[in-house]
Amino acid sequence: MNIINEMKLEFLSRSANEALARSAVSQFAAQLDPTLEELGDIKTSVSEAVTNAVVHAYPDKLGQVLLRARILEGGILEVTVRDKGVGIEDIGQARSPLYTTGGEERSGMGFTIMESFMDTLRVRSAPGRGTTVAMRKRVMPRLLR
Amino acid sequence: MRVNWELRGNRLFLYLSGELDHHAAHQALVEVSAALDEHMPLHCVLDMSGLTFMDSSGIAVVLGTYRRLKSYGGELVVARAPNHAAKLLTMAGVDRIVPIGAVVQK
Repeated sequence: MNIINEMKLEFLSRSANEALARSAVSQFAAQLDPTLEELGDIKTSVSEAVTNAVVHAYPDKLGQVLLRARILEGGILEVTVRDKGVGIEDIGQARSPLYTTGGEERSGMGFTIMESFMDTLRVRSAPGRGTTVAMRKRVMPRLLR
Repeated sequence: MRVNWELRGNRLFLYLSGELDHHAAHQALVEVSAALDEHMPLHCVLDMSGLTFMDSSGIAVVLGTYRRLKSYGGELVVARAPNHAAKLLTMAGVDRIVPIGAVVQK
């Protein structure tokens, strides 16, 4: 699939960067002319993916989080969030609704929200090596809405 | 992220405004808990109309508020949730234990 546009952002796994990440992707996605609801779904999904990296990837230190957003042919937004942290032992369990290792301050709904708000979600992880979350959403051209 | 509160009779109104994400959620819960502990209201209204963003962290904040009230017999309703926030709360099934978007008598 042809890449029309691409941006990359690299930051430390500090929670203050969650807002930066979703705002950057939101600005980038604006060129697809999404509806407010689509933009809200995209921002929330990016926030969930980046929060996972902040909370889980580097439990007792700071590490790098790499965010890449692409616009692909056909009005498709692709967002990839990658860390080099502890990884996920059981991806199936991590993706199931309400499952969390984050305690009372987390809801365990992150992956469920990403799955529901985006068209596709792929998670690849290796314990000790890190996790990559890749998601895509097609933004309908306004003329076809 | 801001938390403001107002006591009217035995009803505590909590107003959340700004962006409610993981970064903001911890402080929001601390402030909500402080207001609840001070007043121990029987009825609490969590007004979300000022939120410009919410992710799954907001679900945990609503559930945390609910649990704190329930521990002494208080009741929680969520009021004026923006569509986006209401969608997330419903997705998590929070609407089965906390009424969402109920019209609030001032």
